[in-house]
Amino acid sequence: MQVSSFSLKATLLVAGLTIATSAFAVDITGAGATFPYPIYAKWAESYNVKTGVKLNYQSIGSGGGIKQITNKTVDFGASDKPLTPEALEKAGLIQFPAVVGGVVPVVNIPGIADGQLRLTGEVLADIFLKKITKWNDPAIKSLNPSLALPDSAITVVHRSDGSGTTFVFANYLTKVSKEWSSKVGADTSVAWPTGVGGKGNEGVASYAQRIKGSIGYVEYAFAKQNNLPAVTLQNSEGEFVKPSIESFQSAAKYAKWESAPGFYEILTNEPGKTTWPISGATFILMHKIQDKPENGAEVLKFFDWAYTNGSLMAKALDYVPMPESVVKLIETSWKNNLKSKDGAAVWTK
Amino acid sequence: MTNAGGEAYLSPASLLNEPTIIRESTSMSSIMQSKNMGARLDKLFRGTTMFFAFLVFILLLGIIVTLFVGSLPALKAFGPAFFTSDAWNPVEIQFGGLVPIYGTFITALIAMVIGIPVSFGIAIFITELSPTWLKRPIGIAIELLAGIPSIIYGMWGLFVFAPLFADHVQPWINDNLGALPVIGQVFQGPPMGIGMLTAGFILAIMVIPFTSSVMRDVFEIVPTMLKESAYGLGATTWEVVWNVVLPYTKTGVVGGIMLGLGRALGETMAVTFVIGNAHELSASLMMPGNTISSALANEFTEAVGDIYTSSLITLGLTLFVITFVVLAIAKLLLIRLSMREGKQS
Repeated sequence: MQVSSFSLKATLLVAGLTIATSAFAVDITGAGATFPYPIYAKWAESYNVKTGVKLNYQSIGSGGGIKQITNKTVDFGASDKPLTPEALEKAGLIQFPAVVGGVVPVVNIPGIADGQLRLTGEVLADIFLKKITKWNDPAIKSLNPSLALPDSAITVVHRSDGSGTTFVFANYLTKVSKEWSSKVGADTSVAWPTGVGGKGNEGVASYAQRIKGSIGYVEYAFAKQNNLPAVTLQNSEGEFVKPSIESFQSAAKYAKWESAPGFYEILTNEPGKTTWPISGATFILMHKIQDKPENGAEVLKFFDWAYTNGSLMAKALDYVPMPESVVKLIETSWKNNLKSKDGAAVWTK
Repeated sequence: MTNAGGEAYLSPASLLNEPTIIRESTSMSSIMQSKNMGARLDKLFRGTTMFFAFLVFILLLGIIVTLFVGSLPALKAFGPAFFTSDAWNPVEIQFGGLVPIYGTFITALIAMVIGIPVSFGIAIFITELSPTWLKRPIGIAIELLAGIPSIIYGMWGLFVFAPLFADHVQPWINDNLGALPVIGQVFQGPPMGIGMLTAGFILAIMVIPFTSSVMRDVFEIVPTMLKESAYGLGATTWEVVWNVVLPYTKTGVVGGIMLGLGRALGETMAVTFVIGNAHELSASLMMPGNTISSALANEFTEAVGDIYTSSLITLGLTLFVITFVVLAIAKLLLIRLSMREGKQS
């Protein structure tokens, strides 16, 4: 009895101490997009080791992230789809890009390997519009004279859940096809003219692998890790490009962030000879007026650290870190736009 | 309980000789006290259990109210046309529930068409025909099937069943059933291995353990004397099953079928894996479709905007109403069956 009550007291004491110590450091909370979750988690882990600051990120989806930051239940929200400058103004938020990812069309055609099939944006849109329904359609054949394309039906595979990946992909199609932009448009989920829906990147990938003659779209990291045969796409300067970290970074570099209010910039069909045409950044949302400026400052410190020290970690997970020039723009925006209640700047570095 | 406690207290006191009277008087009052305590405890116990029971009502009411309030924006925006429209366009904020509602009914129907005869066969085999040593292994296997989480069925359906179905079954269906006039188009479609027919098959497999174990249990309670008498009169096994076992157990059988139907209507993960998740209305069972629960599972997390979320909640409310109606019909059926039984006897 004696011993056990002593050990009980000891446990309570230890528990009390841990609570006491963890109360000293400011813990930051965020919620939102699922796509960047792996890299945020990786950054958070290393940052915690270095500074003792804990980041609690819930990957509940972009929609949930926007709701939570609007209700001020978290220190920052995360969304794959940028909010329009008007929406930001209305909610009193600012946004900035955290990492860039690429969206890659993948195919399952017997005998065709990664990067062999060449498509233009217009042909890609026509396939997803159900206007091109066979792989040996003249429009595809003329782009690939050397490939033996089968006389088989094309099955389109798309996302069944709402997703920033869908938004970026559909946004690209609106830029390259008038018909797509008038008939379908772009959002995190759209009314697909044809095809089957898979839940998540893994759902699309497993359908694409299962159905012969299919074409789908997934995050680059996912295509690479699963060795899915990607398509070579023509970019806005007429070059055929393969998806790679460099070609996404080129899109981020050529994007006109300076002239985009609230960083409302979707990296599709960007200029640059080496640019992959379907890229997109994932965004962080914060309130302009910080009720708890010390928490806000911790969030900014975390992302500042991630921009400068997190590039290798990002690349290891097949995310594209923000180019240095863009990071400068982001930190200027922090300085100018984020204020505490009494008007003092939150970011003072 | 209180009596026993009182006596236990009293007996050692009465064993002591000297201050018996005083002791007894105190013990008497303590009996009274403990009786009082017991009554209070009883009341408390009654109150607590009643609270737990009423909690069910409160929860049910809370869920209905939440679903209803949540679905108001969509119902206001689209009106009753929500249930007849096949639009599902998040870009233009146009939503209708026809495709998922249709998919829910069709997949459940396929599951029932396949599941009921198979379950019936399993139950009859176990109770009437199987050698004794085989009864237990089959019974245990069915219970194990019932215990498998639905996501496992989904993964198995997508990775194992769908490719086999696409390569070996669907081409045959296309060539034979698809060639039939009129109903042929129901069976025509690309052999993808996923779609409403696959979802129906997987649901059937998931429903079978439930339905068949209920059927087996009710078949087992048929008095042996009844069956033996029928056999004695020269009835075949089939005649015994059809004319003795089934009439005796029909309420239980209907209950088992309804249990299965309830599962088929609400099943989420397994269906989401294999149905193809497309908001497209097509006559063909080979084409991808959607059910209410799979639409919810797919789209709820990333649904942005009030009308979109509200439309999904309206779908949830619809599923709730459908399940409620199915249960109500089942209850009515059971009441009518038992009334008829009363008249016959």
